[in-house]
Amino acid sequence: MSRSINHNHEAHRGSLPDFRNFGILLRILLLANGIALLVTLVEVPTLADAARRFTANAALVEPMLLLSLLALSALNPWLQRLPYAAGVAAVLAIEAALPLALHALARDWLLTEPVSAARWLLVVLIVSAALLAYFNLRSRALSPALAEARLQALQARIRPHFLFNSINAVLSLVRQEPRRAEAALEDMAGLFRALMADNRELAPLADEVELCRQYLALEKLRLGDRLQVEWHVDRMPGDALVPPLALQPLLENAVYHGIEPREGPGVVSISIYAVRERLHIVLRNPYARSGNHHAGNKMAVANIRERLKLHFDVAAEFAARVGDDHYEVRMAMPYVRAVAARPGR
Amino acid sequence: MSATPLKVLIVDDEAPARSRMRDLLADIGAALPAVVVAEAGNGREALALAQQERPEVVLLDVRMPGMDGIEVAQHLRAFDPPPAVIFATAYDSYAIRAFDLHAVDYLLKPIRAARLQEALARARAARPPRAEALQAMQRAPRSCLSGAERGKVHLIPLEDVLYLRAELKYVTVRTAAREYLIEESLTRLEQEFSERFVRVHRNCLVARAAIRGFECAEGDAEGAWQVLLAGLDERLPVSRRQQHVVRELSR
Repeated sequence: MSRSINHNHEAHRGSLPDFRNFGILLRILLLANGIALLVTLVEVPTLADAARRFTANAALVEPMLLLSLLALSALNPWLQRLPYAAGVAAVLAIEAALPLALHALARDWLLTEPVSAARWLLVVLIVSAALLAYFNLRSRALSPALAEARLQALQARIRPHFLFNSINAVLSLVRQEPRRAEAALEDMAGLFRALMADNRELAPLADEVELCRQYLALEKLRLGDRLQVEWHVDRMPGDALVPPLALQPLLENAVYHGIEPREGPGVVSISIYAVRERLHIVLRNPYARSGNHHAGNKMAVANIRERLKLHFDVAAEFAARVGDDHYEVRMAMPYVRAVAARPGR
Repeated sequence: MSATPLKVLIVDDEAPARSRMRDLLADIGAALPAVVVAEAGNGREALALAQQERPEVVLLDVRMPGMDGIEVAQHLRAFDPPPAVIFATAYDSYAIRAFDLHAVDYLLKPIRAARLQEALARARAARPPRAEALQAMQRAPRSCLSGAERGKVHLIPLEDVLYLRAELKYVTVRTAAREYLIEESLTRLEQEFSERFVRVHRNCLVARAAIRGFECAEGDAEGAWQVLLAGLDERLPVSRRQQHVVRELSR
C-alpha cells in the first residue's frame, strides 16, 4: 500500500524496493556495475585487457542501466500498488523489453558487434531477478530491526517522571477545575493511544503535530508560564508522511532538559516547512550545560535517527547540536504525501 | 497527639502539585491538624520563608530548578531548631534508592492522603535527615553554603566565596564583603567543590577565580609564596607542600 516506506513490513510477503529512493538507486548502480566488472574479469584472457573490455561493455551496460532506472522510477507509484508477484513480473518485463529495444538500436547504430539478443536478455533477466531477490531479503532483514526500533520507541517514550507528575497535576484539578481535568485526561489518553499504536508505518505529519500539542498542553498544566511554546508551522505540509513519534520524544527532551531545570521561563520553538520536495523540522530549546544534568536523552535521539534511516535511508538527515545556551535538532526527509484515500488491505 | 496544629511549609516548583498537597492536608485535617504557614516555588524562596515562618515540617519536592530539594534540606539543618523534612518525588529511582538506604522519609507522587498522614504523624518526633545521608544523595555541588549566626541562617552563594580557611572546629568563609563561620570539614568542601577551589595550604582553599597572582615574600630565605586576591587586600600563604600550585596557576 504505501510507497512511503522502502520496505513492506508484513512478514511473509515480499516487497519491491522504492525505485525513487536515492539509496536504492545507488545500490542498484553499484551492484550492477560490480557484476559487470566480475563478468569482465572472468572473460578477459589477461588482467591488462580488463579495463579496455570493461569500458567496451560499459557502452552497452550503462545506457541499459540508466534507462532501466528511469523507467522504474517513472513507473514506481504504479509498481508499488501491484501485489508482489505481479510487481516482480512487471519489473522483469520492463527489464526484458528495454534490452530488446536497445539491442535493435545497437545493431543499427553501433559498430560493435552485439552479443546475441537471447544471451543478452538472459543476462539481464538473471541480474534483475538477483537484485530483486537481494532487495527482498534486505527488507526482510530490516523488518525485525524496525520492529525492534518500535519496541525501543515504546520503552524510551514517556518518562515515568512525566507520567506521575502529570497524574498528580490532574488530581489537583479534579476538585477546583473539573473541566480542565477532563481535558487533561483526554490529552493523556490521546498521547498513550499514539504511544501504544503500531508505529511501523509512516503517519501524516498533522497527526504527529496534534499529538505534540496534546503533550505540550499537559506539560503546560504542570509548568505554567515557565513553558513557552512557539510554533512556526504556517508553511507546514500536514499531509507529509513522517515516522510516528518523530517529534514528540524530542519535545519531551526539550522540556525535561531545557525547561524544567530553568528557574525562569524558557521558549521551545518548533519550525516545520517544506522546500523543494523536502520536509524540514527544526526544534530548539534553551539549554544550560552545567547543573544537574540527567543522562538518558541520547536514547530518544538515537531511536529517531535510526527510524528515519530505516524509513528513508540516506535521504534522511538528522543533526543535533548543542550551542552556548541552546540545543537544536534539525531533521530533513523527502516530502512524501499521504494518499487521501488509502486502498484497503 | 498535640492539639496545636502542625506548622507546614510546602515546597514544589509546580503549582498544581502545591495545590494538591494543600487539598490533602485539608482532607486529613480532622485526624492531624496542620496549618500551611507558607508555600514556596523554589529552593531559595523556601529557605527565606522557613526563616520567617519557622515551620515544624517542610514538605520538600526533590527535583526543582536552581537549588534542588536535597540542597534545601542541607541548609535547613542550619536552623535552630531544624525543621523535620519529608521529601516528595514523582519518580527518581536514584533518589528513592538513597532514601531507602538512609531511612529518610519520602512520599511518592501522586501522594495518598493516608500516607501523608503517617509521615506527618512521625514527623514531629523525627530528627532532620542526617548530614551524611543528604551528602550521599547530593548529585551536584551545592549552589550555596549556609552559615548560622544569632538564630539567622545566611546563604552564601559559592561564586561570592574568595577563600575557605579552617580554624579549630569551624571553617571561615570569606567573601569580598565579610566573613562567615560554618560547621563543615575543609576536606569535604574540597572534595565537593574541587572545580572551584584549589588548596594552597593545609588549612586553606582559595577560589581559582579569585586568584590575582602570586608574590614571593621578601626577606624570607625560603622564598615563601603568597596568593594575591582579586577584590581583597589580603595575602594568603602558600605552604611548601603546595608550591606546585604556583607553577600550575601562574603560567
